[in-house]
Amino acid sequence: MNDSLVAQSAPAEKMDPGGLLTDRTVKMRTRDVHVFYGPKEALKGIDLDIGDREVTALIGPSGCGKSTYLRCLNRMNDYIEGIRVEGRIELDGRDVYDKSLDVVQLRAQIGMVFQKPNPFPKPIYENVAYGPRIHGLAKNRAELDEIVEGSLRKAALWEEVKDRLDQPGTGLSGGQQQRLCIARAIAVNPEVVLMDEPCSALDPIATAKIEELIDELRANYTIVIVTHSMQQAARVSQRTAFFHLGDLVECGETEQIFTTPREQRTQAYITGRFG
Amino acid sequence: MTDIAQIDFRPRAISVVLASDEGQRRIQRRYAAERRFRLYGIGAIGLAIAFLVLMLGTVLSNGMTAFWQTHVRLDITFDKELLDPDGKGDRATLEQADYAALIRAALGREFPDVSGRSDRRDLFELVSGGATFELRRMLLDDPSLLGRTVPVWLTSSDEVDMLIKGVFDRTEPEAARKIKDKQIKWVDALAAKGAVERQFHTTFFTAGDSREPEQAGIWGGFVGSVYTLGLTLLLCLPIGVLAAVYLEEFAPKNRWTDLIEVNINNLAAVPSIVFGLLGLAVFLGFFGLPRSAPLVGGMVLALIVLPTIIIAGRAALKAVPPSIREAALGVGASRQQAVWHHVLPLAMPGVMTGSIIGMAHALGETAPLLMIGMVAFVVDIPTGPTSPATVLPVQVFMWADSPERAFVEKTSAAIIVLLVLLGLMNAAAIYLRKKFERRW
Ligand SMILES: Nc1ncnc2c1ncn2[C@@H]1O[C@H](COP(=O)(O)OP(=O)(O)OP(=O)(O)O)[C@@H](O)[C@H]1O
Ligand SMILES: [Mg+2]
Repeated sequence: MNDSLVAQSAPAEKMDPGGLLTDRTVKMRTRDVHVFYGPKEALKGIDLDIGDREVTALIGPSGCGKSTYLRCLNRMNDYIEGIRVEGRIELDGRDVYDKSLDVVQLRAQIGMVFQKPNPFPKPIYENVAYGPRIHGLAKNRAELDEIVEGSLRKAALWEEVKDRLDQPGTGLSGGQQQRLCIARAIAVNPEVVLMDEPCSALDPIATAKIEELIDELRANYTIVIVTHSMQQAARVSQRTAFFHLGDLVECGETEQIFTTPREQRTQAYITGRFG
Repeated sequence: MTDIAQIDFRPRAISVVLASDEGQRRIQRRYAAERRFRLYGIGAIGLAIAFLVLMLGTVLSNGMTAFWQTHVRLDITFDKELLDPDGKGDRATLEQADYAALIRAALGREFPDVSGRSDRRDLFELVSGGATFELRRMLLDDPSLLGRTVPVWLTSSDEVDMLIKGVFDRTEPEAARKIKDKQIKWVDALAAKGAVERQFHTTFFTAGDSREPEQAGIWGGFVGSVYTLGLTLLLCLPIGVLAAVYLEEFAPKNRWTDLIEVNINNLAAVPSIVFGLLGLAVFLGFFGLPRSAPLVGGMVLALIVLPTIIIAGRAALKAVPPSIREAALGVGASRQQAVWHHVLPLAMPGVMTGSIIGMAHALGETAPLLMIGMVAFVVDIPTGPTSPATVLPVQVFMWADSPERAFVEKTSAAIIVLLVLLGLMNAAAIYLRKKFERRW
């Protein structure tokens, strides 16, 4: 009941959600992005910039379109039946829907970590080596070994699995699997890493490890993370975007969003009054 | 929002309900229902097992005897005078020699008091018409036998075999029997000397078809089945897997693909004889391919098995969790790479199970092969996919249709072989599934 009241009153006091960046380099730019699942409009015109080499957190109640937005960024939505994506999405100023752009290369540049850990049912080594192998990143076995070790180290998993690289990735614990998936994503050395609730299946210790990892990765990668944990958004991100019912309600520096939100709905959500 | 406390809904406390008489009765009723259900289940399984045991029991009791064949021991003299009167001693002469004369001579020595043309002919009928070939093979293998006398176990005729196996009733009047009184007397005389014995019947596993039951074997049908099924597998595995992969992973979901899907499901249910008629009209009539050939049989069976493999393949692909596809796409694999590297290997156990079950189905398929002429009487073992051949189930059909009493047990024996092969194929399916099964 609360929700619909707020939603109805929204257009009256429509204001700039502040999704655009002027003071720093923009890695990805989305303008007026609409997504329809059949007749249902899941995203209603999103204008949002993703800053280079920083962590952008997407928050909002369930079903508001965070995952849909995230999956637009690397065109993971392409194969969903009945979906329609409108608007402009850019990576480094280049339209990702450009005919001349190869979607496979786009996905190599924009890695993704999913909500549920989904390692391949293959050896741990093969999980990490797969991406570099199909993109020809390593000239020989030694280089490949190096990439695998480096990625696993970055994902804080190397010490735990270095003795059993030939065992299936599916045999690891949930938290280890998720770190394996992160290692797999960064093994191709992407520029952007998208993470859809990467810690939702993990215990606090594994979560802390991954948050630490995200903080380290920030130096080299642009990261967009969807999360349901306000604390996590506050801890790991520099900017936060609040989605509600397919709209971008408010976006700004994380500190500002969590201390002095301009929107009443943002305030209500982060203090736990709805969602 | 409504306050839960305001809802005026107060059920009786559950412990009170359970303790009441009504509650106890309900428990009793539930127990009774569970017992009844278990009985029904056991009954159903019992009935199924009874039928299975009945079928296997009949087939086994009828067919096992066919693996042993009555043999008669005769002292055969490889007489130079009879075999090689000109003394040439070369292979061609020995190949064309009259071995029946050796048997006749041996029988004459065994029963010196039998005289007269018709009696001698009756006596000669104790051994199989194929016994002459057995002697020829012996001599050609070991030419030093020439001029010597050795005891030889010769295959008996099917009538003697049936008599020894107790199928023919001695008490019946002679006219109602296939074997004459005097022949029974001779057989008894031989048996009394220990010269009649049931021996393992290797001919059954090494020979092709024959009009003589004791010379007929399943090897011809088996080889025909191998050629036919090999061709079927060669055709329908790649086509079926490619079709399944395309339809499941790449084809747009629209009215056309829906139509194709419906039609594939329908094809799986089309009676197989229709495919036989199709094969007759198209492969034989239009393309002029040879009749009775495993080539055509394989193609017709491929048509029959194809829908099964496509349906099983699609089901197996559908069962692979989408997260695997997303994982592969997420690291920048193309859809092809995602399918070939990750999805298909995971679906392979299901694809293989489906294929083997389809092949087992094809192994037992008879009607469509009758249509394309694989019902011909073929004595020679087929040597290639275009030589005339028959297959195991058609062999069963033909033997079941033969008048000689001895073909009854051959029919059951061929069914046993067929069932064993089916069992092996299903075991292979289970083994492959277990071996390639992976958890994710
Ligand atoms: N494949 C789909 N087909 C139809 N509707 C969909 C599909 N995926 C998502 N939706 C709808 O689009 C809306 C946004 O979904 P989305 O998954 O983006 O939400 P979300 O913000 O990620 O939610 P959560 O936090 O629960 O993951 C929802 O109303 C959902 O029902
Ligand atoms: Mg989501």
